[in-house]
Amino acid sequence: MSAFKERIAHIVFMVAATVCIVAVALICIFLFINGIPAILKIGPIEFLTSNVWRPSNDEFGIFAMIIGSIYVTAGALVIGVPLGLFCAIFLSRFAHKKIVKILKPGVELLAGIPSVVYGFFGLVMIVPIIRAVFGVQGMGILAASIILGIMILPTIITVSKSALDAVPENYYEGALALGANHERCVFRIVLPAAVSGIMAAIILGVGRAIGETMAVVMIAGNQVRLPQGIMDGVRTMTGNIVLEMGYAADLHREALIGTAVVLFVFILIINLLFSLLKRRARV
Amino acid sequence: MKSSLPIGAKISSLILRALVYLAALITAGVLAFIVIYIFVMGVPHISLDLFALEYNSVNVSLMPALINTVLMTALALLLAVPLGIGAAIYLVEYTGRGNKLVGLVRVTAETLSGIPSIVYGLFGLLFFVTVLGWRMSLLAGAFTVAIMILPLIMRTAEEALKAVPDSYREGSFGLGAGRLRTVFRVLLPSAIPGILAGVILAIGRVVGESAALIYTAGTVTAIPSSVFDSTRTLSVHMYVLASEGLHIDKTYATAVILLLLVVLINAGSAAVAKRLTKGAGRG
Repeated sequence: MSAFKERIAHIVFMVAATVCIVAVALICIFLFINGIPAILKIGPIEFLTSNVWRPSNDEFGIFAMIIGSIYVTAGALVIGVPLGLFCAIFLSRFAHKKIVKILKPGVELLAGIPSVVYGFFGLVMIVPIIRAVFGVQGMGILAASIILGIMILPTIITVSKSALDAVPENYYEGALALGANHERCVFRIVLPAAVSGIMAAIILGVGRAIGETMAVVMIAGNQVRLPQGIMDGVRTMTGNIVLEMGYAADLHREALIGTAVVLFVFILIINLLFSLLKRRARV
Repeated sequence: MKSSLPIGAKISSLILRALVYLAALITAGVLAFIVIYIFVMGVPHISLDLFALEYNSVNVSLMPALINTVLMTALALLLAVPLGIGAAIYLVEYTGRGNKLVGLVRVTAETLSGIPSIVYGLFGLLFFVTVLGWRMSLLAGAFTVAIMILPLIMRTAEEALKAVPDSYREGSFGLGAGRLRTVFRVLLPSAIPGILAGVILAIGRVVGESAALIYTAGTVTAIPSSVFDSTRTLSVHMYVLASEGLHIDKTYATAVILLLLVVLINAGSAAVAKRLTKGAGRG
């Protein structure tokens, strides 16, 4: 009886473990089955390289959206990486324990704030400032980059901090013993030793930024066009999906799923890079 | 010691130190500014009719959305928590090293945690809403976010189980208990705080989620009478309000409630984690 129970339990736990595999398989299958035929129908080259998106004319090119996603992600990195990295260095090597105790929950809270709140904050604070300072419409790459830069901060800070914390203390002590001061020890010795972990943090940040939807939709402007400057409005791949999925039908709907397929491929590549770097960071 | 450094090195050290402190200051400042700004703008607009049981365009009540959020979270946890814990038990207690299934589960779990929420939303729309015919409903939304939080719960439960000292297992087996009994009577009770911290984080994810729910649970602002009714959670509610732009005051007030929830959830998670580190006597 007992052996029978054990056997059942074993199987139940194994089934629970396979749910992740099943979920990923289902997600891949449903995205690809619904998205790939549309991409083939439109023509992969046209779909990926044309910047004309006119669903009513059956013209579906997402090049402008791909560029839009890349621009806002790059902008987010320009803002989020230096800020996050220096903040991680502060938390790991400069801050008093008491300050860490206050700032670390703060960073966690930053991670917990819903994206709609970030988007709304961008809408009522960042966009009007940009409008006032530069005399432009305000919604665009710059606004989206600032908000995304803030949103990826927690990711960059937490992952870089653990990479910095993991550097053996004797590296630092050795440098100190050789006569370097604290800053030199940290920036010349500890930082280079943590570089794979920091790269992993940045890649994770890229994933967050490129996949962010609601905050970006609220402040990026969402015009389908190739932007000429950082004040211009753009539409990201995620934005394209969420804006039009509500009413799209037939090929239009499938083209949106095709957009998700392209996004998904981006994410898979990012994931792959991340796990490669993480493996290297551990060795 | 310091005086022996060349003047250039001294200046660069000073600059680096200034940058490190500045970055920490900016991060803390940004967080404080967002939270305080939302509170200052929103708290004066919190009124009793914001909590009326029925939504209409005059009172813009958030109460139905709040109740829906609770229902959605409860349902998603009901699905994801047993699965996540079961999977963690399998990975930690039932498999040895080098098991191929374990590797696959890990890779897919990592993939799942990198997938953007809009892709989950699209998958939910294709699978739960369309193929399974649940339409946009509480159930479809809950299944979608359950898959989303599964890797988080699994990972935290796994870490909590791994943290249970081996002597507990040996003691239990030594007293003649089977594997199943050991898991439920010895390991799970001592791993509960760690599991709980992960569950609370997952609650935060569900509460803040909007992109994955907008096309799976829909945007109906009423308390559902069954799991097949469409619902709008608080985050989705806030997105709709913000993009309509008709009730900016109420949007601020809704943002306050949403932020308050997130702060409470974070505090809860921190409190549990604190008890965890305090209570974990080195067994």
